[in-house]
Formats: sequence, structure tokens, C-alpha cells
Amino acid sequence: MRDPIDIIVIGTGPAGMAASQVAAKQGAKTLVLDEQSSPGGQIFRAIEANENPKRDELGESYYKGSQLTRTFRNSNIHYLPDTSVWQLSKDRELSYSRNGAAQTVTAKQVIIATGAQERPMPVSGWTLPGVMTIGAAQILLKTSNTGIKDAIFVGSGPLFYLAVHQYMAAGIPVKAAIDLTPKINYLRAIPHLPGAWSGLSHLIEGWRWKREIVKSEIPLISGVKNIRITGEDAATGIEYLKNEKWTRLDGQHILLHQGIVPNINISLAAGCDGHWNEKQACWAIEVDSWFQSSIPGIFVAGDGASIRGGTAAELCGRIAALGALAQIGKITDKERNRLAKPYRHKLSTELKIRPFLDTLFKPADNFRIPKQDDIVVCRCEEITVAQIREAVKSGCVGPNQLKSFSRCGMGPCQGRFCGLTVTELIADILNKPVNDVGYYRLRPPIKPLLLQELANLNSDAEK
Amino acid sequence: MFISLNDDQVEMVTVFFEDRELSVRKGLPIAAALLEAGVAHFRNAPVTGAARAPFCMMGICFDCVLIIDGMPNQQSCMVEVRDGMRLARQSGLADVMSGSDKEQLSI
Amino acid sequence: MTDYDVVVVGGGVIGVSVAYGLARSGQKTAVFDEGDIAFRAARGNFGLIWVQGKGAGCPEYAAWTRRSADSWKEFNRELKSLSGIDIGYHRPGGLDLCLSSKEMSARTRLISRLIDESDGQFQGTMLSQEVTAERLPGIGPSVLGASFSPMDGHVNPLLLLRALHTAFQVKGGELRIETVVDISYEKSIFEVTTTKGRTSAKKIVLAAGLGNQNLAPKVGLNVPVRPERGQILVTERLKPFLRYPTSLIRQTEEGSVLLGDSHEEVGFDDGTNPHVMANIAQRARSIFPHLEKARIVRAWGALRILAADGLPIYDQSSTCPGAFTASSHSGITLAAAHAQDFSKYVAEGALPSQLEALSERRFHVH
Repeated sequence: MRDPIDIIVIGTGPAGMAASQVAAKQGAKTLVLDEQSSPGGQIFRAIEANENPKRDELGESYYKGSQLTRTFRNSNIHYLPDTSVWQLSKDRELSYSRNGAAQTVTAKQVIIATGAQERPMPVSGWTLPGVMTIGAAQILLKTSNTGIKDAIFVGSGPLFYLAVHQYMAAGIPVKAAIDLTPKINYLRAIPHLPGAWSGLSHLIEGWRWKREIVKSEIPLISGVKNIRITGEDAATGIEYLKNEKWTRLDGQHILLHQGIVPNINISLAAGCDGHWNEKQACWAIEVDSWFQSSIPGIFVAGDGASIRGGTAAELCGRIAALGALAQIGKITDKERNRLAKPYRHKLSTELKIRPFLDTLFKPADNFRIPKQDDIVVCRCEEITVAQIREAVKSGCVGPNQLKSFSRCGMGPCQGRFCGLTVTELIADILNKPVNDVGYYRLRPPIKPLLLQELANLNSDAEK
Repeated sequence: MFISLNDDQVEMVTVFFEDRELSVRKGLPIAAALLEAGVAHFRNAPVTGAARAPFCMMGICFDCVLIIDGMPNQQSCMVEVRDGMRLARQSGLADVMSGSDKEQLSI
Repeated sequence: MTDYDVVVVGGGVIGVSVAYGLARSGQKTAVFDEGDIAFRAARGNFGLIWVQGKGAGCPEYAAWTRRSADSWKEFNRELKSLSGIDIGYHRPGGLDLCLSSKEMSARTRLISRLIDESDGQFQGTMLSQEVTAERLPGIGPSVLGASFSPMDGHVNPLLLLRALHTAFQVKGGELRIETVVDISYEKSIFEVTTTKGRTSAKKIVLAAGLGNQNLAPKVGLNVPVRPERGQILVTERLKPFLRYPTSLIRQTEEGSVLLGDSHEEVGFDDGTNPHVMANIAQRARSIFPHLEKARIVRAWGALRILAADGLPIYDQSSTCPGAFTASSHSGITLAAAHAQDFSKYVAEGALPSQLEALSERRFHVH
């Protein structure tokens, strides 16, 4: 028999790394599981490999993760990289796969810190080879030192400007940047500006990226109402609608991005309650002030609960770990409250910028709720807008019936790239609140799993 | 075009994609290595047969799946290249049956 | 005047099969369905249209099952022409695999008993290990043999549900997403109260699965059913390798392989459990060793609707004439009989004597 585990942390982005080290520091036996081969999550991805020498083009914000990653490595934790978690139950029994073998472990507390993924961007032609997400381009840059020459960047959100800026700094030619931020969002965001004052450094950083793009030779096209990517077997270009006129740009690489959304699959499959966050147009996990979910002993910290950004995620991770430690008696409630105080203070300052950012970068409706019949919504099963409309017409009232009716969301990505679109599209067709339409009922395995790994689970566990 | 930004000497390994020999940088995820080597078409989607290539690079979209050393539907963005690896396009449905059983099936 | 001739409570396969049959015969029919979050047994269903092994000791049930299976060809044709949906119906015959000599001899006895009790109407035979292996290439050495019946077939249960919904509406039926909270009966009229309002009907059919238990007493019926959980694993789409459906493993037209099925008494919990899933995977691997290289992409838990003896319950109310109930965990196999026969009985207002054996009265101690 192995010793019982006090706390399991899933994910090693800022929230996961911070939670792990706080837990370990207070003497909790801590197991950390992560799908990547090194810590950092997506925001600080491959940070250790990029330390020596530092790469200027990745920018200051990236290297903010250096210290956190070092402390994580020096903490007394059991860290399993290359590990995919595929099941978590209400009573905190967790199953994972590593090196082709599945294992089941139980912990007294679980902290889910699975971060964010990019929001689906269902536009015409988004499944063509040559089309990738801007996040994918960033991962190539961080982990492989691979650049994409003459790409057309299309989208909105802080990451859009950051990625173009990184490309400029790395000297990789960019063909064009098409900024999809709706003009009206600037007006809507202005009232939130006074409250955002404490996040001035973030704003200045963002404005600097944008200003440098504007000053560069890269064409920055804004005021675009619609786009479509052209090509038969691969992308050949993009057409955009501006001032009632379609204009074409040739290009083999189209990079898309319209913000990030919580990666909620583990939390929902475990049974944590979620709700629709209208401001961010995505699902969020219900958490209390310690980031504990509706299931006692299961915490969800960082962007995996709702989008707050990397700096806030780290603070959430620390607070969640304190909450978990107190529940198993590693610290008293009084100590918990005292230790959390400075983090809470920083967190509230950090969050003041959110209303401004959420308003400014909420993607336009037509990029979230596709209207054109032939746009593919479910990439895995190749289900189009027209098929979803037809299913709704024949009596399907929610994502789960849609699955039954059309196989939409039944593929290996398990709804990660269609779930949000499907919910909003059905709500739009039926003219119902999104919260009433609901989301896919998620079930384990939340990542595809080799049958032999599953078949060996019980016998491996007995060893 | 996908380009390597590493200007210094890097270690290379050899992989085979559709029996074509490719020299790629060591330590890269397969997806990144193949993209740099000019591979633009990784799989055919199972319903319409449409060509697909890596999309998210973070293990969630499954558009980069390949047959890796005989194992179908593996996410090439999540596995590092190894010398001598045999890679093939995933076209349509996965095939996990042995050769002799397949012969019997075709009778 | 009532709003409808018949109100069917429950939009699952059983409810919509009956409702479709009613609408087809010109009855003004509405189905009340809970919508997206319902405990939908069809979603966790295996998709077998299965005759072999059913109804030993209850020839009426065995005959009802055969009748439905034999009607399926015509039923399928009709659904396709009305809905335009190909629901993947095939009747190549089916195998029940035996993994021990004990299973083999029990199965042999069961098959001959079914032949005897049906006066030879049931067709089934035992296959040796060699013949089984010839029919199912890739099968593992732990499979010692199988029973085979040419009467068995399979279908995509999800597409069936969709086709039924479409055909029902094509025939003028109304699908209403409203949860039924109360039913009252006065002067030969049923008044149904839902979360959205009130509706009246001349007849009512309760096909709300496990929900029947609570609704039945309101119209003088009793439906003693309990949930039994079955878990199913689904693989990624594989090249076709399985020519026949089997009771434990079935390959769909899309290529996915369904692996089942467990029998668990866990109340209304339709979740999944990794250890039960592991047992299902182990058994699947011993049947088809090559499946170990397939990926599991989904797992399902669904609740079967079981009476104490595992048979369906069909009843009509004596105190509220015009109220009927249908409860079964074989909604797919029986879909054709429900659409063609049961709906007719409802329209005519009385169940026939051959369904008396499946009435709830069978549980009364005389």
C-alpha cells in the first residue's frame, strides 16, 4: 500500500505550480499530474528550455514564469509529467495514464488547474490544412523554435497582439494582421476604464504591442465584419468583409484566435456545477472564496474555473491550496485566513482590469454563432451549421440530444472545439437563454484511452 | 512556410513519413517536425475524407493524428520524434487488426 | 372536446414509437418530453434487435419479441421513407458468445428450451468454436462457442430515435418539451398538468421509463420497475471487422465498436465507474484481442427499466379507462410492435388477451 495522498494537483500552469508549492510547503503529501513533458502550462510553455539563453522575442511577460517554475522544481512534491488524467470521481478517485499504463489514486483533496484553451472560431474554411490557431503558432515558437513565414494573423484579444508582436521581435515575416475586435466594443469598454486603473501595467503593455504593430510594415486591418478562408485541399487565402466590400488576401497560413475559455472537461465530468458567464461568453465552474467547487474537496483554480489571466491564476492557486490544507488539518483556519490575506489583496487588484478586457475583447456574435449553412461546427464528426439547424427543427432541444441526433460532439476532441458553438447556436435558434440550453454531459474517459490500458487498470492496481 | 529559428548546429534524427525519409530536428514534437519538413496533409477526416493538418498543437483537437509505428490515431503534437520512427497518414478509420485476421475477413 | 385524442408521456424510443403509430393512424397525438437532460435509456442503448435468449418461461413475451423483430423490416422501410434517415438497420443474425464450458452448456439448454416453448417458431442453433471463429475473424481462443439466431439484428438507436421524432411530426404529431407534473381524470377526460400549463386528452399513454412509477398511480395503474445500470464503452471508429452483432460487442455502421454491458444496482446514478469499465475492457480484449489497440473515446452509464422478472409491463387502467402504460428495457427490439400493434390497441381502447401475461397483475399473489 502506498501512503495516502493529501493533495493532488492537476496541471502545471501558474495555478497548478503555485498550488503545488504552497501545499508542499505546509507538509502535505502532494502529487502533481500534467499532460506536458515540462512545467509551465500553455502560458509559460517550455520555459525551462528557453532559459539559457533567454529569447528576447518571447517577451517579459513570458519570463515572469521563471521564478515560479524554479520554486516548483525545488518543492517537495511528486511530479508526474506526460500524464493524462482521464477520470475523476466525486469521492476524489482519479485515474490517469502514463507511459501506456493506467493507474487509479485517491486523494483527500484535489485541485484542478487545467487552465484554458482557445475559443473555437467556426468560420468558413477553418478546417483546411494551413489554418491553425494563434496559440498553436505560439506553442511552435516556444517549444520548437519554429516560425511560420508569411502567415496572416486573424482575430482579437490580448494574445492576438502579443503573438504578432513576438513574431515581429523574432524577425519572422508576417503577411497581415486582421483585427476582428468589434469597433463598438471600444465604446462599451470605456466606462470600465476607471476601474481598470490598477491594471495599468497590463494596459500599457498591450498598447505598446499594438502601437509597435501599427508602426511596423505589417498591414493591420481593422473594422472587419466577416471573414472566409478559401481553398480546396489547403488554405489559399482569406477574404474579409470591410465597409460592405469583400477583399482577398492570398496566403497559405491563416492563424486564428478570439480569446481563451476555461478548460472545463475534467471539472464537469467530475460533476462540479457550472454556469454560463455572459460577459465572457463561456462556461465557468462555480467556486467559493477558496476556489472549492460544488463538490467538497475538489477545487478549481485559475483559468480552468473562469478566465482571470496568468497572474491571477497563480494567486488563485495559492489560495486554493490554503483552502485545501485547512480542510485536512495541515493548517488551522486562522492560519489559512492569515496566509491568504496578501494573495487576496493582490488578486482583487489584479481582477479590476477584467471588466474592461472582457468587454473590449468579447468576440462579435457572428464569429461565435455562425450563420452560414456550410460552416463546420464539429471538426471531428464534420457536422455543419445546416445539420444542427435541421436537428433543432426536428425537435432537438439541447447539446445532448444533438449528439444523439447527429453525432455532433461525439468525436475524440469530446466537444472541446464545438461545445460552446453548439450551445450558443441552439440558444440562438430556439431564442432561449444559454444557461437553459446547457452543455454536453461529459463522461470519462475525458481523453481517449487505449483499451489495453483500461483493461489492465484493475490488475495494475493490485500490484 | 514553417521555418526553424535555430541558427546554431542542432542534432537531427531520421523519420519516415509515408515511406519518405525525412531528416528532422531532435526533440521536436512529431507534428512540428513534419510541418518544418513541408508535410501539409496529416490525415483525412473520417466522414467526408477532407484533408486535415495540425490545428491546436496542444493535444485537444485531434486533427494531427497519425499512424505512429503502426499504432493508429496517435496525436502527433504530443509525441516527440525518435530516430527511425515510421509515420503514416491516418486516412479514415483506424485499423487495429492483424494481417492474417484481415485475410480471413476478406474471404 | 379535448386538445388531443392521445397524450403520450415520455419522448424516448418507447413513447415516440407508440406515438408515431397513433399519429400514423390519424389520432391527434402529443408527446410530452423532458428534453435535453432526461435519463434517456436510448442514449445508453446497444442497438440490438434481439430475439435469442428472451422469454424462456413466458411464451407470450417470446412471441411478442419475435413479432416485433419480424415487423422491423417493414417498419424500417416506412421510417426511412417518412424521415429520410437511414437508421442502419441490418438483420444478419446475431451471436451470443460463450467464454466457458459452463456458459456453453447453459446456453445450449436455453436455446433448445426456447425452440420447444415456441413450437419451433424460434430459430436458433449452437455454433462450435471453429464455426464461431470462421464467422468472426480475429476472435480470441477464450471464446469456446456461441449461440446463433438468424432472427437477430441491429440498428443505430440514436438515429432510430431521431427518425421516430421526424416521422411522428411528419404524420402531424406534436412534440412538446414540458415536464408532466400531474394527471387527473374526470368524465372520461384526462387533464395533464405540465410545467407550462394544462392539456386535455381522451387517452393517455405512460411511457416515461422510470418516471412511470410516479405517474401511474394518478390514473389507477401500478408500475413496479427499478433502475439497473448498464455501462457501455465506445471505441474510436475502426475499419469494419465484425459482421454480426453479438450480445456483448457490436460494431456500428460508422465503425465505432460498442462494448457492454454491466448490470449494477446503483439506484438512479447513471454515472460510470473506472473499475467496471476496466472489467468490460478486459472481457472485450479476451473476445477480440486486437481491440486492445483501439482507443476508448466514450463511456456511458444508462439505466435499464426493469420489473422484478425482467419482462415488460403493459397495462390498461380499470378505474380510468383510456389510460395505458408501457415499460420495458427492450425499447429498440420492441419498437416495431409498439408502433404497429400497441398503438392500435390504444386507439381501439383495449389491450388484447395475449398481453395479459405481461400485465402488472402477474406480480399479484393469488
